[in-house]
Amino acid sequence: MTLLAPPHPLEKRVLLRRFPEPRTEPVWIDEYLRTDGYEAIRKALAMEPEQIVDEVKKSALRGRGGAGFPTGMKWSFVDRKSPKPKYVVVNADEGEPGTCKDRILMGYDPHRLIEGVLIGGRAIGANRGWIYIRGEYREYIDILDRAIAEAYERGFLGSNVLGTGWEFHLSTHTGAGSYECGEETALLESLEGKRGNPRLKPPFPATSGAFQCPTIVNNVETFCAVPDIILNGGEWYAALGTPKNGGTRLVCLSGHIERPGVYEVPLGMNLLTILNEIGGGVWKGRKLKAVIPGGSSSPVLKAEECDIPADYDSLAKAGSMLGSGATVVLDETTDMAKVLARLMKFYAHESCGWCIPCREGTTWLKKITARLEEGIGSERDIDTIDRISQSMLGRTFCPLGDAAAMPAMAIARKFREEILEKLSRADAFAPVEGAQPLVVL
Amino acid sequence: MANMVTLTIDGKPVTVPAGTLVIDAAKQAGIDIPAFCYYEGFSVQAACRMCLVEVEKMPKLQPSCALPAAEGMVVHTETPKVVEARKSTIEFLLTNHPLDCPVCDKGGECELQDMTFRYGLGESQFLEIKHHADEKQWSPLVFYDPARCILCYRCIRVCDEGLGVAALGLSYRGVSAEIIPNKGDHLECDECGWCIDVCPVGALTSGTYRYKSRPWEMNYVPAICTHCSNGCKTTLSVRNGEIIRSNNRDRSGINGEFLCVKGRFGFDFVHNEERLQSPLIRKDGKLEPVSWSEALKFVVSRVRETIERNGKFAVIGSTRTTNEENFYLQKFARQGLRTNNIDHHRSGDVITLVDALAGRTDALATVGDLYTCDAALVLGADLAQQHPLLAYQLRANWRHHRSPVFVVTPGPVREDQYAARSLRAEAGGEVERLEELREELKARQNLVVLYGASVKGEAVRRLVAFGDSLGIPVKYVCLVDYVNSRGAVDMGLLPHLGPGYKPVEIPGMHLDAMMAAPDLDVIWVAGANPLEGGREFASKNAFVIVHELFLTETAQRADVVLPSMSLYEKNGTVTNVCGEVQRTKAGPKVMGTKSDLDILGLLAAQLGFDIGIPSQEKVLDEIRRTVRGYNVPLPVLATGGAAQAAVLNGNVPVDAQPEQVRPSGDTLFTSGTLGKYSKRLAQLMEAPGRLFQP
Ligand SMILES: Cc1cc2nc3c(=O)[nH]c(=O)nc-3n(C[C@H](O)[C@H](O)[C@H](O)COP(=O)(O)O)c2cc1C
Ligand code: SF4
Ligand code: SF4
Ligand code: SF4
Ligand code: FES
Repeated sequence: MTLLAPPHPLEKRVLLRRFPEPRTEPVWIDEYLRTDGYEAIRKALAMEPEQIVDEVKKSALRGRGGAGFPTGMKWSFVDRKSPKPKYVVVNADEGEPGTCKDRILMGYDPHRLIEGVLIGGRAIGANRGWIYIRGEYREYIDILDRAIAEAYERGFLGSNVLGTGWEFHLSTHTGAGSYECGEETALLESLEGKRGNPRLKPPFPATSGAFQCPTIVNNVETFCAVPDIILNGGEWYAALGTPKNGGTRLVCLSGHIERPGVYEVPLGMNLLTILNEIGGGVWKGRKLKAVIPGGSSSPVLKAEECDIPADYDSLAKAGSMLGSGATVVLDETTDMAKVLARLMKFYAHESCGWCIPCREGTTWLKKITARLEEGIGSERDIDTIDRISQSMLGRTFCPLGDAAAMPAMAIARKFREEILEKLSRADAFAPVEGAQPLVVL
Repeated sequence: MANMVTLTIDGKPVTVPAGTLVIDAAKQAGIDIPAFCYYEGFSVQAACRMCLVEVEKMPKLQPSCALPAAEGMVVHTETPKVVEARKSTIEFLLTNHPLDCPVCDKGGECELQDMTFRYGLGESQFLEIKHHADEKQWSPLVFYDPARCILCYRCIRVCDEGLGVAALGLSYRGVSAEIIPNKGDHLECDECGWCIDVCPVGALTSGTYRYKSRPWEMNYVPAICTHCSNGCKTTLSVRNGEIIRSNNRDRSGINGEFLCVKGRFGFDFVHNEERLQSPLIRKDGKLEPVSWSEALKFVVSRVRETIERNGKFAVIGSTRTTNEENFYLQKFARQGLRTNNIDHHRSGDVITLVDALAGRTDALATVGDLYTCDAALVLGADLAQQHPLLAYQLRANWRHHRSPVFVVTPGPVREDQYAARSLRAEAGGEVERLEELREELKARQNLVVLYGASVKGEAVRRLVAFGDSLGIPVKYVCLVDYVNSRGAVDMGLLPHLGPGYKPVEIPGMHLDAMMAAPDLDVIWVAGANPLEGGREFASKNAFVIVHELFLTETAQRADVVLPSMSLYEKNGTVTNVCGEVQRTKAGPKVMGTKSDLDILGLLAAQLGFDIGIPSQEKVLDEIRRTVRGYNVPLPVLATGGAAQAAVLNGNVPVDAQPEQVRPSGDTLFTSGTLGKYSKRLAQLMEAPGRLFQP
């Protein structure tokens, strides 16, 4: 299991509060209970469901899966009086490139997730939940399964949760290796045993989700934030961050950085502070070229754009997004054409193929950028990348198309000169040594 | 009345029921929004993004196929932004499209071509190598070329939602995504080929039509499928007198676009090399080809001689000839040959039903009623196998309106998939189980009852009594087997009833009696095969005249064989299982053949029978004037519509002879004698597992 680093003094550990020391073992149930585990669900069971939702609303908790939707609001959309069963689904697909935080939470503090799910289930009147987890996470699936078994044994899960008569069941459900299955409606299709195509929205899952019943789908980190919100109150949590951007979040630092890893910071901490103080700065004493601030789908920020508070609204204003909190650092030696090509290869591979703009657009982008990576192309190709991206933006069936178009457009625009320079250097007609075939079919 | 909303589309106010999709509302206003994946009547996919429109107060372009109209909504369908989006969608589609239009079957009638013409960029910016996947053959009839596929999912939906077969699915992802048969490499389905028709491009092609013709080289002839009794309208594509394909893309007729495998592919019997193209006369025990004049002269002399010595005639009519021919045939028999020994293969007890419903109006269902009724009850029939259109209608009704279907059959049927109740009963015992359904049926607004050949005689009367006791409006369909089985009854190809169910004074022999009679002098078989399966005429010495397409068992026994035309080769009207009269037109030509009407007309003239001019229009005119209930409006027929004959005209005080009712037992892939001469149907029958089983 990934080693969890000791906390940096600038970190604010709430989600990771059980880890003041580096360790390798998960917190199993006895340790969890010793450190006020399952106190929040006890408290929540004594509250009215509306109160739970209100508390989460007050916390200004926003979804940590990527879209940053206010969690309390999402939960309030569920019609608790609906005669249909209601469901809770944890999105543990963690597919966004650069993202490696959910596995830390599931791997080290699995009961925190279970407790968060229980509170969510109580809030919407559900009796059943699933943790939809990517198949590659075998290790974490096993940890979760053991933790779930422990929770059943101690009466936190089952047909009579803590003797209150409330029934709640939870199990893991394994994905089969598709990024798109992290999109909440595709996830639900996959959960139902179907091909992981996204669904038409509306209806949103809160109205018609798993098996056409009201469902909340939230990210692992989102659920994990909930127990402390209930224990300490929404206002306490909100105050940790900036207005409308409550609490702390995990940042997954990777790339050309001295101390890569997962850290917990309050929302709104300056991005450069995160990079330079917590991450120890760009590696090998090199200069910063760019940062991908919130997972591969978030538009790249040039070094000079990085002096901003890292919260949902500030990054949105800077034309990017906080996304999944995956922060990828690129140093001055980085070949941006190569970055672009690598990203586009990913999206072309992961497009589900349902809609035309994404299916054809991602492939076209992949092919052009693969060429540019080899130094073959012209200025017109860069314009074409921009045009393709614009033709995808806002016109695809689900946000994956946007997720591919946004970074493509950002890199093509912000690093146009660099790519052009690369193209002028390469001899387009001579075979490049060790070059990949022009087009990967 | 539904809640109405008014919205503005391109400046025009449109009022539609709330929930109507913007794309449909636009159509109502005469505005055509381009679409690939949207297909009326099937689930919304919103995948192709061709139908994007601009809606005021919405920042993004919206797919109009998935957007419900709302009060005050302002929609623009052709703004620069919209046009730009469509251009880019076409550009995207063409990046990996092979653009092999010059050799593609669909060229000339391809929606991608049309859309490219409307929105395409003149110039391609795509410099990369195209994605390619090889063409596959899924069945003798269905080929799939993934490179041409634009993934509109129409094929998947018509198969799954439309037919309940669900043979097609989607596999792989991204640019490699393609349609696959759910069985992996081959189709196990009804082989109806509808997927091929709905495919907007040339991705699905038909084993029978591939690389045969260009769409503009063919004549399009409106015909009625000659196989089962459902009476699907089909458009024959005819080139140089040959049928090249059959489909109904313009959705005219009672069946819309629907056709089953027989309607879409089972036309090849027309051009089977075994078609008779010359009259045959038995000489020295062998059938020898002769000229038409010689053959007719021969018939005339034998008939005249038989009439003169007061000999005995028997006439067996057809279930695949037109109403005009049947009417003329019974006139020929009754007024010319002076016999009431006339019958045909009866496959349903229509007579008892007409008697039991005497005095009512609106008691006989139309094909359309099956889609609009509030509930349906199926007794003793496997609709998916034997009445594909009716099965489709009931399924569509359930799909769109949730109207329940109740089934009482001897074995499992496809309707079980969605039926509200499925009961099993031995053939003939179906009516016994109706009480179990009483409460559920009573609760509906109205009901259509369809019954098969096992429900006959008293059972039909008990069925009607049960229907009456429900206290709701009930309509009936007596299921019969072939294209004009119902017309044959209505036109009086019966020993005891003339046209319009009018009893004759001295009833003649029914079919069984004719077969068993030892003393017939002339047996005249006009388009039937009573000797199928090795049966024999007891009258060993009878002179047998046969009108036939092929040298069937009956034709082999004949003394004179007159090569006749199939339904596809002639003009006329036919009456379907629901009593709906439709017009069919001549498409292909087969040299040397004559229509039954022409044959009988020529003979009548030579025999001096004064039974009217044998012209289709004249005979139809006479039918409309003289047959009660058949005064069908000509403009309806002329425009390709269906007009239900009003045959409920009082009691039919005769013995209905229910024992004469015998089902032909055809399946989806057989069609009596005719079907045996369709190589394609035979080919499908040989492919094991092809036949869809519920
Ligand atoms: C293509 C795509 C992939 C996604 N992958 C994930 C994922 O792996 N994990 C996740 O939590 N959310 C993912 N999301 C976001 C989910 O759709 C959804 O917004 C999220 O689960 C909601 O939870 P939250 O509100 O707690 O963030 C993805 C979205 C898209 C469009
Ligand atoms: S944008 Fe379209 S093709 Fe891409 S993943 Fe979403 S639905 Fe599939
Ligand atoms: S095969 Fe034809 S109908 Fe089916 S998805 Fe492809 S283009 Fe559409
Ligand atoms: S349902 Fe009957 S009438 Fe229709 S196409 Fe099939 S065989 Fe012909
Ligand atoms: S027709 Fe609306 S998206 Fe295809």
